Amino acid sequence: MYAFTYQRPSTLADAVAAAQAEDAKLLGGGQTLLPTLKQRLAQPSALVDLSGVAEMKGINAVDGGLEVGAFTRHSEVAHSDLVKATIPALASLAEGIGDRQVRNMGTLGGSIANADPSADYPSAVVALKATVTTDRRTIAGDDFFTGMFETALEPGEIVKSVRFSTPDKAAYAKFRNPASRYAIVGVFVAKYGAEVRVAVTGAAGSVFRVPAFEAALEANFAAEALNGLSVSADDLNADLHASADYRAHLVTVMAKRAVEAAG
Amino acid sequence: MANPNGVGASVRRLEDPRFLTGRGNYTDDFKRPNMTHLVHVRSPYPHALVKGIDASAALAAPGVVAVLTGADMEADKVGSLPCGWQIHSKDGSPMKEPGHFPLARGRVRYVGDAVAVVIAETKDQARDAAELVVVDYEELPAVTASTRAVTAEAPQVHDEAPGNLCYDWHLGDKAAVDAAFAQAAHVATIDLVNNRLVPNAMEPRAALGEYDPSNGEYTLTTTSQNPHVIRLLMGAFVLGIPEHKLRVVAPDVGGGFGSKIFHYGEEAVVTWAAKKIGRPVKWTADRSESFLTDAHGRDHVSHAEMAMDQDGHFLALRVSTLANLGAYLSTFAPSIPTYLYATLLAGQYKTPAIYAEVKAVFTNTAPVDAYRGAGRPEACYLIERLVDIAAGVAGLDRAEIRRRNFVPASAMPYQTPVALQYDSGDFAKNLDIALPLVDYDGFAARKAASKAKGKLRGIGFSTYIEACGIAPSNVAGALGARAGLYECAEVRFHPTGSVTVFTGSHSHGQGHETTFAQLVAERFGVPIENVEIVHGDTSKIPFGMGTYGSRSLAVGGSALVKAMDKVERKAKKIAAHMLEAAETDIEVKDGRFTVAGTDKSLGIGDIALQAYVPHNFPLDELEPGLDEQAFYDPKNFTYPNGCHVCEVEIDPETGVTQVVAFSAVDDFGNVINPLIVEGQVHGGIVQGIGQALLENCVYDDESGQLLTGSFMDYCMPRADDVPSFTVRYHEDQPCTHNPLGVKGCGEAGTIGASAATMNAVVDALSAFGVTHLDMPATPEKVWRAIQNATPALAAE
Ligand SMILES: Cc1cc2nc3c(=O)[nH]c(=O)nc-3n(C[C@H](O)[C@H](O)[C@H](O)COP(=O)(O)OP(=O)(O)OC[C@H]3O[C@@H](n4cnc5c(N)ncnc54)[C@H](O)[C@@H]3O)c2cc1C
Repeated sequence: MYAFTYQRPSTLADAVAAAQAEDAKLLGGGQTLLPTLKQRLAQPSALVDLSGVAEMKGINAVDGGLEVGAFTRHSEVAHSDLVKATIPALASLAEGIGDRQVRNMGTLGGSIANADPSADYPSAVVALKATVTTDRRTIAGDDFFTGMFETALEPGEIVKSVRFSTPDKAAYAKFRNPASRYAIVGVFVAKYGAEVRVAVTGAAGSVFRVPAFEAALEANFAAEALNGLSVSADDLNADLHASADYRAHLVTVMAKRAVEAAG
Repeated sequence: MANPNGVGASVRRLEDPRFLTGRGNYTDDFKRPNMTHLVHVRSPYPHALVKGIDASAALAAPGVVAVLTGADMEADKVGSLPCGWQIHSKDGSPMKEPGHFPLARGRVRYVGDAVAVVIAETKDQARDAAELVVVDYEELPAVTASTRAVTAEAPQVHDEAPGNLCYDWHLGDKAAVDAAFAQAAHVATIDLVNNRLVPNAMEPRAALGEYDPSNGEYTLTTTSQNPHVIRLLMGAFVLGIPEHKLRVVAPDVGGGFGSKIFHYGEEAVVTWAAKKIGRPVKWTADRSESFLTDAHGRDHVSHAEMAMDQDGHFLALRVSTLANLGAYLSTFAPSIPTYLYATLLAGQYKTPAIYAEVKAVFTNTAPVDAYRGAGRPEACYLIERLVDIAAGVAGLDRAEIRRRNFVPASAMPYQTPVALQYDSGDFAKNLDIALPLVDYDGFAARKAASKAKGKLRGIGFSTYIEACGIAPSNVAGALGARAGLYECAEVRFHPTGSVTVFTGSHSHGQGHETTFAQLVAERFGVPIENVEIVHGDTSKIPFGMGTYGSRSLAVGGSALVKAMDKVERKAKKIAAHMLEAAETDIEVKDGRFTVAGTDKSLGIGDIALQAYVPHNFPLDELEPGLDEQAFYDPKNFTYPNGCHVCEVEIDPETGVTQVVAFSAVDDFGNVINPLIVEGQVHGGIVQGIGQALLENCVYDDESGQLLTGSFMDYCMPRADDVPSFTVRYHEDQPCTHNPLGVKGCGEAGTIGASAATMNAVVDALSAFGVTHLDMPATPEKVWRAIQNATPALAAE
């Protein structure tokens, strides 16, 4: 770790101001940022710790859904009675992130701001028709993720909360990397009336929807509806743990399992 | 049992409160006045010339005390890290033994090879400055795969090892094997890879060097499994420090699994640097450094064939193995794929003729040396996989082909065709216990139930044997060891009856402080809390060869018994004197010394007191004191053996394998502490399953980079990756040649488990025509095997 200054503002406004400093970095739960610093892969001049910002915390029922503060730890989402009652698929997604230590520290805002291609939350943001509220604007979930580790956020822009729409049915099925426990493939399926959303994380550079799966499920919301359907392996990730072919195969398998779990 | 904490009692580990409450004292916990911190500058390239090192910016950085390089060590005449074992090739020529310097001299040979060190007031300052050291590298082509290292066009790792060959060795009777193959009714063959592993002890390696100019004494505190061996190797061969001026301390050590046996360059660097800068110097590896520089394990590529008669009796075994030794010879590296591997190829079977050839090669990777099991897991995996294939070829049940070929208990002691003589073991008995334990007969029904859920179920055996209790010095010497492999113990009774035991064995997780104390409590009837086990300090312990190869109890424990014998003899003399009886009339039981046929008796405590208050001793015949020392050199290896049975369920859609049941029936000879034994077996099995399903150390052969350099990519097994184990042992076959009748249990789990697991995986996939899969059986690999199955089979 290189030396840096450290601040812990207690309001969003102060956090925004502090984040203006050159090479300042926002600190969420630190589960991605701190290992990066320890390995000396980043050298921020200042860390702005968001853990004291009350406006960024809490889980609340709102019209048509849930509003989750950006500084809500994964374990809080996983254990929230409100989330379990309203969007159980979201609680179960949070419960499947990393390990207990990571869940007790990592935050929703940090996860989506980081936009790791194998993170779980991006699939929920897209499938659950979320909107992301920042210190300055509201961004549609569909427009938030722009690429591998890339989002629509401007420099210094802080995610304040995420509003998820309550689906009729939803489930998340994850095929995890046995070592890191991130998603090799994660598929979030959500049904809103006649509309079905299928969002895939882990498989490509960024979360994506699968229109062919959605159409098939809109016609018949059952796992068999996906028989014979698959995504092309062409633009999928390939690494030590899974080739692109295998990931493509898993997208269908996990999508079917999500549909089955959604009931 | 006379003593509730004696032999056979599941005494909870006396050391655990210290460890569990964070009160252990590890090398990195030691702080010395004026201590400095050392950080290495390591090569980012797998192979390069070092054309220059510019340390000026680093030297000017805050807090920097010194920057030292290989040239500084050379100027101080620091030697090469010695290799403790010499192998001779088939043609009689000695193995190639290129220089292995603590800091590279002009050329680096793997990613992580040390080039320079920066010493500063704080660790962060040293890290900052290390980034300022400018090394001028000229990259050279590199090779990391052993199979490519032996090709004609492969880059040469060492000029003195043409073709990258360290040795080309063999064992056994080639002519007899060829003759047997010529007559075989069936032949089973296999090509397999034994995957490279990273040991990953919980505590990273660390070393603290100190020098006292007032008396010229050096102290090295280090994460070692064998401090005396480090003192000898580093003192005599690397730094030229005589033993009486060098103290090596291995305090609490957080796991080793073999990786902390070896003498590493960092130990020499901190010791040498401490004198050079006149201040204590500490280095602690970070996890990334451990991945890159701890000696790795395994990495074999083998071809094997088994010749059988019509009825599936083994006639001959032929094995040829390519072993990757990495860039340099680590301390015991040459012995692992030879005398700790090929000598075990008989397994539990009476195969009359065996011939093994082993080529060991240098590559641009971290050195490879002993890792839990060391050679024996590689042997067991190869034989047990081959036996399963043989069962298929001969059309026999996999339990039956084993039974048919077992060396019978009545044949003990049994001379194998590959040098070893098994002293005891009843292999059929292990299987007899295991089969009902795992409900082998019910497997078909369980398989059908799995199938109904869309899952594939498989069961696999591994009937393993290992050679432990390393090793008779004369045998080891004849095979190329440059050291003896005895052990030493000293038993010191104090005047008030408490006891300190000094042992040359070293505990880094094995629980010696408990097991060894149980032996003393049992023998002398003293409360276990009055016994202290001291290990890991060359200034306290007379000598020691340390802990590895499941040798602590078999060799170190036997030395302790010998020392206790001497104490008892002396105590008997004192008792005879005190009780005014003839020595021959003194009977000893549970620490009481009684005049035969009388009620006159003394406890060991009374005797100890007299030994130190010898007011009326006949000093010509009886010395004061009660403190005895013994060395024990084993007469043979010990041969733990057993039968492991693994059951897996595979999800054919994803290829995910789940271990649903694992049972181990082991023969460890006599068991001193069942709780500790069970713990050792559990940990070992997890490591074996880890190798089979999860762990894989991967270098990119093109770039030479370590691809699995962190836990994000190197998959360590976790508790929820394994089921609850069923562990049984029997004590019917005690070791015949050591006084405790013990065989050792430290490596058994690891040795047996990988083969049992893979045999279960392949069994589950057999419906698809799969006869072999290399480890680790990752989901994708399993899924592909299913995809590649012949359509007819897959449709079934
Ligand atoms: C061992 C391990 C396993 C993991 N497994 C998984 C897994 O299975 N699935 C998964 O999804 N994730 C996984 N993670 C990641 C984890 O979920 C982290 O929580 C996540 O990556 C980042 O969240 P954080 O709160 O820790 O953010 P930090 O690490 O603190 O920050 C990450 C980035 O986001 C920025 N940032 C933080 N908060 C905000 C904000 N409110 N607004 C704008 N920018 C912000 C920071 O500046 C930084 O650039 C794992 C991590 C580890 C260490």
